[in-house]
Amino acid sequence: MSHATTHEHDHHDEKPKGFVKRWLLTTNHKDIGTLYLIFALIMFFIGGAMALIIRLELFQPGLQFVQPDFFNQLTTVHALAMIFGAVMPAFVGLANWMIPMMIGAPDMALPRMNNWSFWIMPFAFAILLSTFFMDGGAPAAGWTMYPPLVLQGGKNVAFMVFAIHLMGISSIMGAINIIATVLNMRAPGMDFLKMPLFVWTWLITAFLLIAVMPVLAGAVTMILTDHYFGTSFFNAAGGGDPVLYQHIFWFFGHPEVYILILPAFGVISEIIPAFARKPLFGYTAMVYATASIAFLSFIVWAHHMFTVGMPLGGELFFMYATMLIAIPTGVKIFNWVSTMWQGAMTFEAPMLWAIAFVVLFTIGGFSGIMLAIAPADFQYHDTYFVVAHFHYVLVTGAVFAIIAAVYYWLPKWTGHMYDEKLAKWHFWLSVISVNVLFFPQHFLGLAGMPRRIPDYATQFVEFNMISSIGAFVFGFSQLLFVYLVWKTAKGGEKASSRVWKGAKGLEWTVPSPAPHHTFQDNAPVNDADLAHGSAH
Amino acid sequence: MSQATESTYYVPHLAKWPIVGSVGLTLAAVGGALYLNGDTGPWLLYAGLAVIVYMMFGWFGEVIAESEGGMYNQRVDTSFRMGMIWFIFSEVMFFAVFFGALFYARMFSVPWLGGEGTGYATGALLWQGYEGVWPTNGPANLGGEFETIPAFGLPLINTLILLTSGLTVTLAHHALKKSNRRALVGWLLATVVLGFTFVYLQATEYIEAYHELNLTLGSGIYGSTFFMLTGFHGLHVTLGAIMLLVIAIRAMRGHFTPEHHFAFEAVAWYWHFVDVVWLALFIFVYIL
Ligand SMILES: [Cu+2]
Repeated sequence: MSHATTHEHDHHDEKPKGFVKRWLLTTNHKDIGTLYLIFALIMFFIGGAMALIIRLELFQPGLQFVQPDFFNQLTTVHALAMIFGAVMPAFVGLANWMIPMMIGAPDMALPRMNNWSFWIMPFAFAILLSTFFMDGGAPAAGWTMYPPLVLQGGKNVAFMVFAIHLMGISSIMGAINIIATVLNMRAPGMDFLKMPLFVWTWLITAFLLIAVMPVLAGAVTMILTDHYFGTSFFNAAGGGDPVLYQHIFWFFGHPEVYILILPAFGVISEIIPAFARKPLFGYTAMVYATASIAFLSFIVWAHHMFTVGMPLGGELFFMYATMLIAIPTGVKIFNWVSTMWQGAMTFEAPMLWAIAFVVLFTIGGFSGIMLAIAPADFQYHDTYFVVAHFHYVLVTGAVFAIIAAVYYWLPKWTGHMYDEKLAKWHFWLSVISVNVLFFPQHFLGLAGMPRRIPDYATQFVEFNMISSIGAFVFGFSQLLFVYLVWKTAKGGEKASSRVWKGAKGLEWTVPSPAPHHTFQDNAPVNDADLAHGSAH
Repeated sequence: MSQATESTYYVPHLAKWPIVGSVGLTLAAVGGALYLNGDTGPWLLYAGLAVIVYMMFGWFGEVIAESEGGMYNQRVDTSFRMGMIWFIFSEVMFFAVFFGALFYARMFSVPWLGGEGTGYATGALLWQGYEGVWPTNGPANLGGEFETIPAFGLPLINTLILLTSGLTVTLAHHALKKSNRRALVGWLLATVVLGFTFVYLQATEYIEAYHELNLTLGSGIYGSTFFMLTGFHGLHVTLGAIMLLVIAIRAMRGHFTPEHHFAFEAVAWYWHFVDVVWLALFIFVYIL
């Protein structure tokens, strides 16, 4: 507790006055974290609105509301907005808020660059979204931007490529900052194997980001030059190969899905022990499992390309390598379950979302194993089964973890408890509707409905209707979340510094709301406050 | 106060340069896209680049002033070092993509188009008669017949220039550690001259390629990989040489001590990185 009081005489503790100084010129990790989270929420609703238009069109067969080309623009930008605009910035926001507090650091290692990482993002997305209003509209070749289709895009190609370059610059700087912070800014006594798992998963995620965002930048640069400068990277007539693009893209793309999910694993590994009132089962195994997943993510990319035509040896290698990932992921799932086993569990909102994560993410994991089997994938490829799979992983996985994290840490951020009753409404509405939304899509896919299509054969009607109804309930339920967060920020029951009885970690040793500047240098670390490393 | 700076991590407040940088990047991106689409001239792109240059002057100036003012302790120095190392790693991955494209074309796509291995049907049905031998502009002979640049002419000279520049920058580092400022500035300027000489020779090579060898960006996959790899490398050499020049000017102004000279080392690392990339280029693009 002693370090909670040391900053009281800190004259820097006042927040800068005025909007520009507070938000535009900020170097404070908490304010930048807030900016990231708000930006992510806005993008979540923009991307979500696109998804709802898609589901509206798919409510019935035939074309009712949008033209096919606009439909393709929506599927493309929905994915880009959700991946690069919502999920990634949300996790970076959580990292900004929590990592310095969790490791006892005064701030992020490179605070000015931290500001820049954030303030590139709104511009990048303004550029990307502006393509909707251009001649020829937004990119429509899917978020994977495969040539030759993407090269047939009109004026949006250059805007799309440059927007992705900007997002890449932002991500790389954010990742560098996180690595430098974790490696260099830990308080004395915060050894590597005492770090919270959220810090561990983010450290590994940051490494993935620096390794693969330049690869994506290279891939889209080749699209740019093929489109505007007459190069032949993806043109067979010139000796290139469109399949080359797929290799490069998925060399980025597969690690990217772990960039989206590893921080979620970290969040869940913080929440479950807190509400099971037991230390995380197999802490070190969790760390090694995370590292193994990250390593494996670099050697499985071609499982996205089974149907594209590959030598048999390639199909087999990528199939087995992919299935290998089930092992470290299984370690994680079993560890979470073992943590809950015989725990004195309570079911506040963060725990509910975390448990839903464990169950529903596992469903997404299982459908992933089905897709990893090359001969089976020949059937599933590019069907709604794939859509169901990655939405289980990314919505009931990554997004659920983000929502769980917000409920878990919101009292620490705002100093107020959220409305538990309303939060339970939000949870149950979401968890039911999200399954109504995505579960039928498995059946649609198995029955052969292709993805990225505005119209469909009549045998798919019922499941599409059910799915669309789920989508609207799920989408509008999230307004409840916005209201809840807004209400908690405005006021409510005062939160104690510990907030949750079973919660461990340095962030719970400081008052709620956390002071603008939490720790001075060399904050003393008391092992009893930590979740890990004090037992032996 | 001096005692405080030794023990506390310097956290800057009210950073105005990042937002300037974002505006610059956005102007450059939008301007570049408009220009590529033929909607406007390049003026907005140039304006954006100018803002970025202005931002760099301002931002680095601020950091240099803080550093010279003794506000950075050892830990801040470590953060900067980590930042530079991981930035260079991201650059390595960027170049790896283009090398990957080169290897893929040479090992897979070009032989397949020529009917090798599983590409038998491709070769026979689509591109009959195409042999798939490197260097190639593809079965459609894109851009017309071309010649390649022999490795053991200008490229070899450029290799020697860059290797020498790696040596001179190391000599500069030794001079800095011995507080020999004259030698430091001398070796740095020698490195800068070598760097710009390299860029000049690359430019003449490009002119020769375009005008005499008919080797252009449009010369199929050979032209694509050749110009993108050497082009991005040349861009990095140019930036590195400018960075070295800035370091040389700072050294003349009395910056850096034998103990504290992160900026010097960062630029030296960058220079060695550019050097190593060139060696890979020389082997895989020119010789093999
Ligand atoms: Cu994958």
